[in-house]
Parts: sequence; structure tokens; C-alpha cells
Amino acid sequence: MSATSISKESLKVIMQNKDTVVSKGDAMTTTENKGIVKVAEVRKSKPSQLTIHANSFLKWLIPPVFGILMLLAIWTLISHQSPNLPGPLKTFHSAVALFSDPFYDHGPNDKGVGWNIIASLKRVALGFGLAALVGIPLGFIIGRFEFVSRMAAPVISLLRPVSPLAWLPIGLLVFKAADPAAIWVIFISAIWPMIINTSVGVSKVPQDYMNVAKVLNLSEWKIVTKILFPFVLPYMMTGVRLSIGVAWLVIVAAEMLTGGVGIGFWVWDEWNNLNVEHIIIAIFVVGIVGLLLELALTQIAKKFSYE
Amino acid sequence: MKKTLNLEKFNAERYVQLENVDMTFTTKKGAFNALKNINLSIKEGEFISIIGHSGCGKSTVLNLIAGLMQPTEGLLFCAGREIAGPGPERAVVFQNHSLLPWLTCYENVYLAVERVFGASAEAKETKAQLKTRTDAALELVGLTHASDKKPNEISGGMKQRVGIARALAMEPKVLLLDEPFGALDALTRANLQDELMRIMAKSGCTAVMVTHDVDEAVLLSDRVVMMTNGPSAGIGEILEVSLPRPRARLALAEDKDYNHLRSEVLRFLYERHAKKVA
Repeated sequence: MSATSISKESLKVIMQNKDTVVSKGDAMTTTENKGIVKVAEVRKSKPSQLTIHANSFLKWLIPPVFGILMLLAIWTLISHQSPNLPGPLKTFHSAVALFSDPFYDHGPNDKGVGWNIIASLKRVALGFGLAALVGIPLGFIIGRFEFVSRMAAPVISLLRPVSPLAWLPIGLLVFKAADPAAIWVIFISAIWPMIINTSVGVSKVPQDYMNVAKVLNLSEWKIVTKILFPFVLPYMMTGVRLSIGVAWLVIVAAEMLTGGVGIGFWVWDEWNNLNVEHIIIAIFVVGIVGLLLELALTQIAKKFSYE
Repeated sequence: MKKTLNLEKFNAERYVQLENVDMTFTTKKGAFNALKNINLSIKEGEFISIIGHSGCGKSTVLNLIAGLMQPTEGLLFCAGREIAGPGPERAVVFQNHSLLPWLTCYENVYLAVERVFGASAEAKETKAQLKTRTDAALELVGLTHASDKKPNEISGGMKQRVGIARALAMEPKVLLLDEPFGALDALTRANLQDELMRIMAKSGCTAVMVTHDVDEAVLLSDRVVMMTNGPSAGIGEILEVSLPRPRARLALAEDKDYNHLRSEVLRFLYERHAKKVA
């Protein structure tokens, strides 16, 4: 009598314990025979929530770690073959020295790497911000009106494939200064994804929603704010994400040509100093900052998605 | 004086009027004549069902009355005025509810209420009045508890209720329902049909419903308009359903008249105008 009641209780324990490793069928047959002993065993072998999390984290972590190790291995191998290219270790030591004082300022041509990154980010923010300010409304108009869309189509297809740097001389000519020219290059290369994605989003608004708008007789303003904008937002955010990627991609090249302070200029400067470690560090810095920008925008996009 | 009275009566008899309506679509394969020579008069306060096989153009008729489409030929009137485009006096309950997924149920209804009662220059209502209207519409369909939920947080039946609430909140002269319960399971559908009957009895507004459900058509309607198969579909027959209201689903299931009407519709659909299996 008591044995059966215990086994029932032990079953309950096992049922409640969803993370148990022992399968339920197994547990049932054994608990009926051994009762208390089995319960104790099950409790012992039960992995804690923490170890499960740690396990899945490890599984998640292993492939990227392998990837990076592979990259480092190839890099080491190449640096052994070519004596001019510093290996990972040498670069790491140099990076530690560099980032111990990122914000020094020894005149206009010798500033810490932190200042250079900030200067580049400022340019990107300005060029990209202006592009968003122009590109997103333009995308709405193009998507909303068939006539404008057909008007814009040849212009966009003609100008979009142009290499961003081809716009630099025009910028220099018009603005007569290096900094606005660099911002102009960012602007012109970042604007296309935003125009295109926004207009595609607008043209994909389901006819059902537009019928609702018609039946309710909504004003154009209400259509834009209550129907178009919320629907297009995910598309728009994709455009914004692509744009910021392009902008960050272009800034290095633009700054190499325009000079001043900035990560691109810094790369060029270190090339002239033949400080190859710093160039490699710059590559990593550019990559990491680009990654962070992308991550930040993905998070924002998730926030704004209505689904 | 006498003349205007007559005119009023005339308008009530032909509250919604379709005159020689033709509808031809231009498709990639050429012109497609969907509707041919449709004539229909709908009385004020009447509940009309349009039934027919899929593809017979019954939804097109509804879209024409809604003003979402313009007929190739012929004229449509509502309350004595020609239908020139969509308008809030002809509210539509869409087949797939068409609620805006980023707005709560309350906001979806409010959008309609605000447009109809909050925007007109002569009768602008206060925010509080608009809120009362919205709450009342949601209460009418029994969804006060879900007013702050987004459409994808509620069931299909509830979504359609919100769609009905949105349409009714506009206090339309004509309620147009495009297969309103087509996407719902049988039990939910029956519930909503009963509720719709109750609501329509209360509001007394004219209704046109497109359906492919014979029981639904007979149960809800004063007249069932049966359409022939397309292309060039027309009105085959119109069946008067003079069953007394309020109608009770269970009692009618045994009712001789109800079953007779039902089999009339079935005979039309499956004997005289059976759709050839494609």
C-alpha cells in the first residue's frame, strides 16, 4: 500500500520536473519497482537550470570561436611567410599600447584612435541623417504615386550603381571643402537603400487596408500615419540598416582621399608611417564599429515592428 | 407636400438601387464580362443575401455598392443619390476583417468613429463623445474586455466582431458584409450569425451580405438573391424569406417553411445552376 503511494508521488516529481534526463516511460517502470530509491536518484541526476543554460551557451559559442581561431591561424601562417606583415600577437601588443591612451591630442595630424573613430562616426551620422531625412519621405512619395515612381525609376537605376567615390570630386567642387565633400559622399551612397526599401514597402501595402481607408474616407494624412507608416516601418528599417552599412563602408575610402581626422585618414597616415600593425587594428576597429551599428539598428527595428 | 411624401416612400422602397449594371474587367487575356444587366432594388431596413457559386461576381456586386469599383455601365443609387465612390454611409465588413494589426481593437474602431463623427465641420463631436461611441460599439459586439488587445492577440471570431463593431460604429445607412463569417469555424459562425441578427434588429439598418452558405442566407435574410454562374453573371432568382422574426436557429431546424426555402436555394445552386467541376 505504502509502496504504491510513494511511487505515485515519485511519478509526480518526475512529471513536474520537465528537464529530467530520464525519459518518462523509463522512470515509470523503474519507480514502480524501486520506489524511494529511484526518486533519490532522479533528484541527484537532475541537472540544474544553470548548467542547462551553460550547455546551450557553449554549443552556441563553439562555432564562432572556431571561426575566429581559424582566421587567426591563417593570419599567423601568412605573417610567417611574409615578414612585413605582423602576426596576431605583435598586433595585439600594439593594440594594447594604442588603446591605453585613445584620446590624446598632439595637434591636428596626430590624435588618438578614439578621436579618429568619433570624427568618422560624426561624418557618418551627418551624411546618413541627411540621407534619411531626404530618402525616406522621397521613398513614400515614390511608392504612393505611380507617376512619380515611373519618373524616378530611370534616375535611380542610373545613379545607384555609381561608385560612391565618383561623387567625391563633385562634392569638392560644390562645397569647396573636404569635410562637407566626405559627408556628401556618405549622403549619396546611403540614400538609395532607404528610397528603394521605403517605396517597395509602400507599394506592398495590402489592398485590404487601402479599401478600409477608402470606405472610412480617411484623409491623406491619416492614411500616411495610421496605415502606410506602420506598415512600411519594417521595410524602412531594413533600408536604414543597409544604408548605415554602406555609409560606414564608404567613410574609410572617402577619408583616405579627403584627409583630416578620421579612421580612414588614420589608416592612410599609418600606411605612410609604415605602421602595419595599426592598419590591421584599424581594420578590426572598422569591422567592430560596423557590427555594433548594425546590431543597434537591428534592435531598434525589432522595437518598432508591430508583429 | 403630397409629392415629397411619395418621393420618400419611393426612396424607402428603393433604398439601394442597381439599374442595368454591367461590369467588365480588363485582364491580360482581354476583356472579362463579370456582371451583365443587374437590376435590384433593396428596401430600407431590408436584409439581403447574395448567394452564388464562387467566381460568379457576388463580391463584385458588393464592391460596386460600396463604391470601391465603378460599373462599366449602368447606375447605382443609395438613398436617392448616385453612388460615386466609397463613403461611411455604406460601411463594409470585410471577409478577412481587415483590421489594422498595429492598432488595438479600440483604436481600430475609433479610427472610423473619429472620421465620421469627429471630422465633419457642422457636427463635430468632442473626444469624450467619440470615446463613448467607440465603447458602445465594442460593447454591442461583446468585446469591451478586449478593447486594448491587438488583433493578432484575439481569435478569428473576435476579429470579425471588431470588424462588425467598426462598421456599425459609423452608423451606416447600409451595412455591406462580404462573406463575413466565411473564414470561421461552424460554431463560431453560428454564434456570430445569432449576434448579427440581434444587432440588426436593434439598429434597423439595411444590409447586403455576400455568402456561399445556404443556411446563413436563409436564416438571416428577408430576401435571398441567387446569382447565375459567370462569366456574364446575372440574378437568377430572388427568394422571399417571410419567416417571422426573431428567428431561432434550433426551432427553424425543424420548421417546414424554413426547410422548404433552404431546399429552394439548394435546388437553384445544385440543379439549375450547378457549377461544372473544373
